Amino acid sequence: MTVMTYREALRSAMTEEMERDESVVVMGEDIGVYGGTHLVTDGMLERFGPKRVIDTPIAEGGFTGAAIGMAMMGMRPIVEMMTWNFSFQAVDQIIQNAAKLRYFSGGQVSVPLVIRGPNGGGVQLSAQHTHSLEGFYGHFPGLKVVSPVTPHDVKGMMLTAIRDPNPVIFLEAGALYGTKGEVPEGEELVPFGEARIAREGTDVTLIGYGRQVNMLLRVADKLEREAESISAEVVDLRSIRPFDERTIVESVRKTNRAVVVQEQWRWYSVASEVAAILQEQAFDDLDAPVERVSGAEVPAPYARNLEIEAFPSEQQIVDAVHRVLYRKG
Amino acid sequence: MPTVIMPKMGDAMEEGTLLRWLKEVGDEVNVGDPLAEIETDKVSLEIEAADAGVLTKTYVEEGATVPIGAPIAAIGEEDAEVAAEAPSPAPEPAAAPAAPATAMPSAVPAPAISPTNGRGAARPASAPVPVPAAAATTASGERLRASPLVKRLAAEHGIDLSTIAGTGPGGRIVRDDIAALLTGAPSAAPAPAAPSPAPAAPTPAPAPAAAPAAVVSAPSGRPPGVAREFSTIRRTTGRRMAESKAAAPHFYVTVEVDMAQAAALREQINAQAPDEAKVSFNDLIVKATALALRDFPNLNASIENDQLVEHPNIDINVAVAIEDGLIAPFIPDADEKGLGTIARMTKDLIGRARKGGLTPNEYQGGTFTISNLGMFDVEEFIAIINPPQAAILAVGSIKDVPVVANGEIVPGKRMNITLSADHRITDGAEVARFLQVIKRYLENPLTIAFG
Repeated sequence: MTVMTYREALRSAMTEEMERDESVVVMGEDIGVYGGTHLVTDGMLERFGPKRVIDTPIAEGGFTGAAIGMAMMGMRPIVEMMTWNFSFQAVDQIIQNAAKLRYFSGGQVSVPLVIRGPNGGGVQLSAQHTHSLEGFYGHFPGLKVVSPVTPHDVKGMMLTAIRDPNPVIFLEAGALYGTKGEVPEGEELVPFGEARIAREGTDVTLIGYGRQVNMLLRVADKLEREAESISAEVVDLRSIRPFDERTIVESVRKTNRAVVVQEQWRWYSVASEVAAILQEQAFDDLDAPVERVSGAEVPAPYARNLEIEAFPSEQQIVDAVHRVLYRKG
Repeated sequence: MPTVIMPKMGDAMEEGTLLRWLKEVGDEVNVGDPLAEIETDKVSLEIEAADAGVLTKTYVEEGATVPIGAPIAAIGEEDAEVAAEAPSPAPEPAAAPAAPATAMPSAVPAPAISPTNGRGAARPASAPVPVPAAAATTASGERLRASPLVKRLAAEHGIDLSTIAGTGPGGRIVRDDIAALLTGAPSAAPAPAAPSPAPAAPTPAPAPAAAPAAVVSAPSGRPPGVAREFSTIRRTTGRRMAESKAAAPHFYVTVEVDMAQAAALREQINAQAPDEAKVSFNDLIVKATALALRDFPNLNASIENDQLVEHPNIDINVAVAIEDGLIAPFIPDADEKGLGTIARMTKDLIGRARKGGLTPNEYQGGTFTISNLGMFDVEEFIAIINPPQAAILAVGSIKDVPVVANGEIVPGKRMNITLSADHRITDGAEVARFLQVIKRYLENPLTIAFG
């Protein structure tokens, strides 16, 4: 094990795969000479040269389409979206082509493409630059969508993403690029479709992914210290599509209550899907309705005080836990 | 306006056929009046009104089959307009036979029919009441609110949710509200295809405290045991007995009874009686015990919600061995019934118990239980109290023994009876006095016939 940052874990996975497999290339805005806006690809141009670390024009639709074509021809491109907000420019390519070409061609071509970049908000980038798109991309068959939170999972899932023969939407927690964690040496792939029990507990299951997992762990510690100690289990979904139904159902069979937390808006979201799965598969084990804690139903505000109000808070999660346990806060 | 619903009359009952209306719309109805004759897959029986008033409406035509819980009639005020309003969204009478199946579940008001026989409020709820998923109601007649988890656990543990106050929103019963009742192990996996989520658990009779559990693991070299699921009745019996033993501090008092006179009287009666009314020793013991209980209200009682409830009625349960379990139907008001009636009723109940033809109101309830192993040549045994009752009488066989009378050894007939009593309710001296009274009745059996 070595300790590295989230950013280094990403770079480590991409570098190892580029060394292992010549067909792997990275491309995107300012990723080469500048080293990436978030410094994720820093130093990679020097190491692999401009044919494999490609600076692109500011044209997401164009370079995403080019990457899809490269993938169809046998390359394994990794496209960086400077932020996922810019992917709206490339949505036609991603959904109409990347997600469907394997299906359209009867399996004659596949699109082994990874699109990665920071997702979500919370750092005063205002409404157009603050989106959590896991529910949006998770909606489309043909795409795989993941949202890891620990440097360990970031590396392991990036390795899996690059080797996957299908397009993968790799949603990074931009606010966590500098966080550190233990990462195993060498090839330790983290499979898609397997959630992680981040903390074991018996009274309530807190379900989240990405940046929210860290908040859930803090809330769980807080609940344990309450007068009437509450033992919270934290499930890190990691993989939005494919989805691990078994882990959440088994956890709720044990705890009988669930609170799902997400930064994105509630309507038509991952938390809604989780709640539906739980009522279908764990109905007779539920002691309370599944609670969803989500972002406020407004375009993200710029003003700091309003932005804080618009995102799920620890107190909102504590309140939801008290509701499912029928306790007065 | 009270609505009469198709009652659930047995564990497996899903629907019932209305054979015949016994009252017409506009007829005055008193509590206990037979309203209609219905037929289930097992029996046909009359359902009685639980409210007085006027039969204002019938929703089901004769010959129609409707699911349990479906409204079948309405009973209104004495002077109410006949056929005022149907319970919304009950269907129009013309559409009645078919429609209630879909119309009814969430809108069933307080049932005006009580599947038990409408006796006094003091009847102990000694067996869980079935909790139908769709039309479950609380004691006060409101729709019962409970979390899905609680409903499942209640079915598995035989908990009657209608007596539990929910602390969740809108009175929802949540896990914490029943946590104290979940001491026993749940009955393993719920029946996968069980149509009713909460099968009515019959009142099982207490088992003799004996038989150790079968050993599953085998010593090395010996063949392993064969695991087998417990039947529902076995599981219910076991759970209730474990609960009884855990909650009630049992103590035991045995007396010997001279049965010579009782045997002579029985012979005399049976020489005259028709077959169906022939009196068994057990019938004599039932009657003697019922009469004795009149003087011991403390023992004709049960503990409910930490209070002692004395029952005005003396209903004697008789433990009956059935396939893979026990069931204890009861003789209501046994102290007021003649020996012939007791004999007839007991034969009928035992016969139907073995064929599976008892209705819940025949075994859910009772105030005192008698368990008799006399026919198996058992000298004496001790029984576990049938909760929530105060005591149980275990009856051994009548033996021909030499006895000393006036300094000479003469042939005698003796029987041992053992009372298991709950020390929270009574003490040894009272139990001994109670047994002396039973003994006096049995040794002077004309007083039984007389009483």
